[in-house]
Amino acid sequence: MTEVPIITELRLPTRLGFEKVAMNTAASVASIMGFSEDRIDDLKTAVAEACINAIEHGNKLNERLSVVVTLAMSEEALEVKIRDQGGGVHAAMHVPDIDRKMRGEEDPRGMGMFLIQALVDEVEYVSGRSGSYARLVIRLNPEAVNKA
Amino acid sequence: MTVSPTKTKVEQNADLAVMRFEGDITSASEQAVLGKYRGLNAPTKKILLDFSKVSYLNSSGIAIVIQLLVAANNASQKVVCFGLSAHFVKVFTMLGLSKYTSLHGDETAARAAVV
Repeated sequence: MTEVPIITELRLPTRLGFEKVAMNTAASVASIMGFSEDRIDDLKTAVAEACINAIEHGNKLNERLSVVVTLAMSEEALEVKIRDQGGGVHAAMHVPDIDRKMRGEEDPRGMGMFLIQALVDEVEYVSGRSGSYARLVIRLNPEAVNKA
Repeated sequence: MTVSPTKTKVEQNADLAVMRFEGDITSASEQAVLGKYRGLNAPTKKILLDFSKVSYLNSSGIAIVIQLLVAANNASQKVVCFGLSAHFVKVFTMLGLSKYTSLHGDETAARAAVV
């Protein structure tokens, strides 16, 4: 690999189920990079959840819009950007409370952003004039970054 | 085409029910999970959820599993899960589901947990 990131890009229809295309592509790229199976499983769930958010909340299930997923592999990390044409994420991440869910005091859904945050090394939500994106990063050696 | 619909096979014996899921568990799985749960015989007190043939599970699908746990908890039924991959055991634990259902590697261990 060189210092220039190697890019893979997908354009997905705004339809639930197509997040699996992004999820499986991300898994293939991560496998090429040498990530372990458990890290690839983490990435698959995080990418799927970010795509579902883009489809449901970003593009509001409007099938005339697309979700664009860009995977940039470098020597240290895989960065995945999931772009939609919505207004972006404005609410703070909600930590799900299972006790409240079991008592019916909290929506049983609403766990996607928490899972994304928990399963990858870095998450960022960016909003612009022409849409928004979630940026997820997993690192081949996250301990090296933490020590730096 | 992109979604593998959930198939649920239910086996009932006295007060024990086994719900065997196959395919994807997503927001489209309400009938296959909750609908099948609501159709269990009245004396059911123990429920085993078999995830060993589930190929894809997302947070919307987990939310439906939580709804099943809520209903079962309200009906004083015990629910145990088996066949989840190591990744989804981690996810269920991370989300706190393991407070309300036990997670087992295989059916033998799951059955032993409800004896």
